[in-house]
Amino acid sequence: MGNLSDLIFEDLTGEEKTVPRYLEYEEPVFSLEEALRYSGFPMDKAKAVACGETEDPDAMQRIEKVKELSKGQFIYKVGYMTSPITFDEDGFVVLPFKQHSEALKINLSGCKKAVFFAATIGSGIDRLIRRYERTELDTALFLQGFGAERAESLANAFNADVKEAAKKLGFMAHPRFSPGFGDLPLSVQVEFLGMLDATRRMGITLGESYLMAPSKSVTAIIGLEQEIK
Amino acid sequence: MNIREYMKDNFLILDGGMGTLLQEAGLKPGELPERWNVSHPEEIVRIQKSYYDAGSNVVLSNTFGANGLKFDDDELKQLVEAAIANAKKAREESTAPQEKFVALDIGPLGKLLKPYGDYEFEDAVSMYAKTIKIGVAAGVDLIFIETMNDSYDTKAALLAAKENSDLPVFVSNAYGSDGKLMTGASPAAMVAMLEGMHADAVGANCSLGPDQLVGVIEEYLSYASVPVLLKPNAGLPRTENGETVYDVYPPEFSDSVGKLLEKGVRIAGGCCGTTPDYIRAVREKADKLTPVPVTKKERSLVSSYTHAVEFGKEPILIGERINPTGKKRFKEALRENDIDYILGEGLKQGDAGVQVLDVNVGLPEIDEPAMLLNVVKELQAVSDLPLQLDTTDMTGMEAALRAYNGKAMVNSVNGKEEVMNAVFPLVKKYGGFVVALTLDEDGIPESSEKRVEIAKKIIKRAEEFGIDKKDLIFDPLAMTISADTKAAIATMESVHRIRHELGANTSLGVSNVSFGLPRRNIITSAFFALCLQDGLSAAIMNPYSEEMMNVYFAFKALHDMDENCMEYITYTDSLPEKSLPLEGKVIDEVAIKPERSGEVSQSPLQTAIVRGLKEKTGNLTKELLRDEKPLDIVQKEVIPALNIVGEQFEAKKVYLPQLLMAADAAKAAFEEIKNAMASSGGEKAPARCPVVIATVHGDIHDIGKNIVKLILENYGFAVSDLGKDVPEQTIVDEVIRLHAPLVGLSALMTTTVPAMEETIKLLREQAPWAKVCVGGAVLTQEYADRIGADKYARDAMETVRYAEEIEAGLG
Repeated sequence: MGNLSDLIFEDLTGEEKTVPRYLEYEEPVFSLEEALRYSGFPMDKAKAVACGETEDPDAMQRIEKVKELSKGQFIYKVGYMTSPITFDEDGFVVLPFKQHSEALKINLSGCKKAVFFAATIGSGIDRLIRRYERTELDTALFLQGFGAERAESLANAFNADVKEAAKKLGFMAHPRFSPGFGDLPLSVQVEFLGMLDATRRMGITLGESYLMAPSKSVTAIIGLEQEIK
Repeated sequence: MNIREYMKDNFLILDGGMGTLLQEAGLKPGELPERWNVSHPEEIVRIQKSYYDAGSNVVLSNTFGANGLKFDDDELKQLVEAAIANAKKAREESTAPQEKFVALDIGPLGKLLKPYGDYEFEDAVSMYAKTIKIGVAAGVDLIFIETMNDSYDTKAALLAAKENSDLPVFVSNAYGSDGKLMTGASPAAMVAMLEGMHADAVGANCSLGPDQLVGVIEEYLSYASVPVLLKPNAGLPRTENGETVYDVYPPEFSDSVGKLLEKGVRIAGGCCGTTPDYIRAVREKADKLTPVPVTKKERSLVSSYTHAVEFGKEPILIGERINPTGKKRFKEALRENDIDYILGEGLKQGDAGVQVLDVNVGLPEIDEPAMLLNVVKELQAVSDLPLQLDTTDMTGMEAALRAYNGKAMVNSVNGKEEVMNAVFPLVKKYGGFVVALTLDEDGIPESSEKRVEIAKKIIKRAEEFGIDKKDLIFDPLAMTISADTKAAIATMESVHRIRHELGANTSLGVSNVSFGLPRRNIITSAFFALCLQDGLSAAIMNPYSEEMMNVYFAFKALHDMDENCMEYITYTDSLPEKSLPLEGKVIDEVAIKPERSGEVSQSPLQTAIVRGLKEKTGNLTKELLRDEKPLDIVQKEVIPALNIVGEQFEAKKVYLPQLLMAADAAKAAFEEIKNAMASSGGEKAPARCPVVIATVHGDIHDIGKNIVKLILENYGFAVSDLGKDVPEQTIVDEVIRLHAPLVGLSALMTTTVPAMEETIKLLREQAPWAKVCVGGAVLTQEYADRIGADKYARDAMETVRYAEEIEAGLG
């Protein structure tokens, strides 16, 4: 994944808005704790199983089963662009589109540019979930959890690359912020996916209530703040 | 010249990219390019003329995103008409000497269709039809459907084109680097479906450069009997000084495209990043080459939304179990609209090794067309096996063929004129691989000669409808030898002759041969082996029959259809050990220990349920059923086990996953119990009160709701599950129909809580007796109070407790 951060590095250097670029990642590192958590285990229990404090062979068997079932079903795609951002007097954040959001404004404070990205692991997992929902609900629950973990881990991998590339350039990456967080409405997905051409290039579509399909997709903004030397 | 005529002997050179050129001309990011047809017609004409000047035979109208989702009706009409006028003007102004055509460009709507998205297939058909009607009325030479990345969406667009014009239609899909469409379809699957629906050319565009598309295009060339098209990107994009540049330049691009023209591609152009320079280079290349003739491939294919299954090479197994004939439990499932049971039968057969599923849901007392349509939609959402639609109801057949995502098998036609006149037009329109029974107005002939005669007649009639022999598969009818011991010989001879004299595929419902005899499997499997030897292409059969599967795997191994006999070896590994007594099978490696609950008094079945051991639960239940009454098992074993888990869940000793595993295991017990009750025909479980549940309008999350459903059903409630994204009035109507005392509503998102509130309001007006219980990730007690719900349930167990409370209150 080292060369990916080089690619991102190249895009961060300019002052202008960049065109969207598309990457395919290798399988991101697996987090058992997250997979269990997304499958419905309470946080402390998931943590205890993941670090080996507690044993839960039944749960582990389910995790192994869904790993096996979903083998070859994932693609790890990320589409991203960087753009300058500003804030106007009326409290709007001016991204490539204009949006009122206090929470986003706070998240991006001090940033002059940001990385916008969409990540998806494809629709294979949705097909599997659909199948097992009708026949083995427990398996569906774990598939759901595993898929959510995969998508988040992909977003984390990309985020880490951005952070690393930004650091080399003297920027600090802010924590990523997704549509739906705080007062940033899900409806900005329209502009978000539009500017990344994500429907055509990545197959991410929006439903009536601004939900993404494939469901295991993530969109987010990573603010970049110039570090004071 | 007519484009169909021109294509016969010539390459057809398409245009190149539009987006980048429009941006150079000043199109702003976020501005819709289609509006430029009206605001900047001179720019559009200039670019399109430059493509004709560079040697394009076909230029696509600037209508990629012109659809009713983006524009209102008036603007859509204005933009599409202007787009076509622009392309025609470009054609007039260009003095280049080649034949020039104008295509109506149709791009995807950008909506994912149900069941994975929330857009209806028929809505997509109507939406595409809107643009197509305007374009066709404005006068174009062909319709060009492109950049489609989902097979169902592609079908909707092609159907709209076919229903609204007689123009040639080219269909081009966008493949990922894995050689599949975004939603999984292979090139062979697309060829099967699109050729079946009579697309005039098929192929690939966008997403990748020409070199990365070689594999995809070669697959097209090996399957397609119509011209193959290629419209790749100029390689992969990157940013250089704020501009997008592509990494393949015109010389390399035309070299790569040229190589594929030599292999048989007949229609070529460029997509993203390509310019008139690329097209000029491709034109020069093409002018030096002779087009490879397009030949009939004679490959018999059916397809699902992911893959194609080919007949005529290796024997194909068609699972017969989705059929109520002689199956009490299945009939009961049909009457009770128990779709999950039917889906389970489909999935199990897939696991057992069949490649196609026959779907027969005919029962006199139900609405067969509606049931067939529903089962087809639900099955194709969970299984990737192609389906064989098995019905004599032509209304049902048409609806199912239309909604089917791929190219289906059609069961069946026969030599009767009336039947051919009903079935063939449907196949002509929607595509299909048709089972043709060798019988006619005079019944089933005894001799093989007569059956072959009927087959010949059917081939001839099909041809008159435009259906190829490769899309027919003959069933020469297996008759029982218990009535006539010459019957099997006639069938085997027919198989042999249809295969070797007519060169056509054959299929048999093999088990009929042993009707009326003891130990039928012995005769049936031997007959199957003999027919395979005579060239049988497929059998409609029971994949749970070990004898049949033995024959299938042995035949393939003996006929060099199984490399290193690996399939055979894997199959035999999966067989149970013969030497073990029946009881031996029941005990598996996981010892039964009531460890989790700490309660020593648990029976083995209870422990199996508590621990969520599904298979063991099923087996133990089967054992108990030998001695105990089904309902006693429910009362003494299953419900107490569920209570143990339920209480542990409420005490936070176990978590949701364990609760679900236990519920799923209990479901396995119930399944066995239902089977036993269906076959004894005796006692029925006393039904508890009905509960209607649904995820509200606009919300497509339903796993939480499904969990509640499963647990409620475990506790015996008669749950009517309306699914997800359910309109308010639909919920109300069902509550009224069942006079249900309880409604469970689920919403996962804040944006859909208003829909929940609206549903409750309607319920209060029209079904004031019903209590409303709400749940879902975003809900809280406060929310629930605000929208006027009777109960906020945090989880499935709380819903069960509330349902019990309500039921007790009914008295």
